[in-house]
Amino acid sequence: MSEKSVVPEGQYGGNVVVTSVDKLLGWARGNSPWPLGFGLACCAIEMMAAAASRYDIARFGAEVFRASPRQADIMIVAGTVTMKMSTRIKRLWEQMPVPKYCISMGSCATCGGPYWQHGYHVLKGVDLIVPVDVYVPGCPPRPEALLEGLMLLQEKMKKDQHFLKRYGREKLGPKEKRAA
Amino acid sequence: MTTQEIYGKLKAKFGEARITAHVENADGDSWVVVAPAAMADVGLFLRDDSELKFDGMQCLSGMDWKDRLGVVYHLYSYSLGHRLVIHVDVKRSENPMDASLEEVASVAAVWPTANWHEREAYDMVGVKFSGHPDFRRILCPDDWEGWPLRKDYKVAEFYRGMPVPYPANEDLDAGGTWVFKDRFGEDA
Repeated sequence: MSEKSVVPEGQYGGNVVVTSVDKLLGWARGNSPWPLGFGLACCAIEMMAAAASRYDIARFGAEVFRASPRQADIMIVAGTVTMKMSTRIKRLWEQMPVPKYCISMGSCATCGGPYWQHGYHVLKGVDLIVPVDVYVPGCPPRPEALLEGLMLLQEKMKKDQHFLKRYGREKLGPKEKRAA
Repeated sequence: MTTQEIYGKLKAKFGEARITAHVENADGDSWVVVAPAAMADVGLFLRDDSELKFDGMQCLSGMDWKDRLGVVYHLYSYSLGHRLVIHVDVKRSENPMDASLEEVASVAAVWPTANWHEREAYDMVGVKFSGHPDFRRILCPDDWEGWPLRKDYKVAEFYRGMPVPYPANEDLDAGGTWVFKDRFGEDA
């Protein structure tokens, strides 16, 4: 703490918290990640179970499955990514606003799963077309596994310094240049 | 009616050029072989004749017999309780990427079930049908090349820039990570 505080003492009755913009945004984002509502195979059934009352993904603030990629923060790739679907997934991903995150749910989405050898129609891992943040193994993973993956992703979202990356010193250049 | 009796009835109606054979194999299965161009007329007759009444198409399969392609129809009569299997043989090209040289007359107008089945036979084995109301691929993307369920099908290296086969060892770096360049744009 420097000797001159940014908050004038006594002025706001003590109800002031000082933090960085990234921490504030990360806290908000991490506690309400809105998933894009789409399922590709049996993993989607587990994802639905995770969203239903027994496992209740709402406990982690991620119950608002959006029908539009433009309103979504995270994409849960739940199931087999066929070649036909992969072009669509890429497009959905590109339609999502930054910051965006991706969970690869199940074996198929991660590496092709049981289709790894003879699946002429299956993309061998969705990470070939979109950057994946969390892989959830399983065939299909139980809802608990998806929730664990979601919690890991939330940790990452809370730590992410998106504001700094976008508007930080490296992005804007050195101080002398900025003034000009 | 047995297959033998139906074969006799069909041959009397359509002649030997269009109803080419009656086959019975060692397992006791029997079927009638029909010329590709005659299939629509034969199908309509099989459905509407009062002695046959094949009102249900149970399955339509595209076949790859290696030296030729084919279609197999499994028919059932709900009202009379008898069954019939029909084979249609179709000439194939030497080039495995080509669709069949002959076209089979579509029975989509006779049994609506056949609509999607014929599209699937085209999509997977490359048998062409004529007179189909909406003839295009059904499962694979429209720009897919080749016929996946043929015996000599070779998996393409790439589809729209995405690798199709699982990586071989030489595609992996020392850490076992798949090295595939230009996956994302700069902003990803």
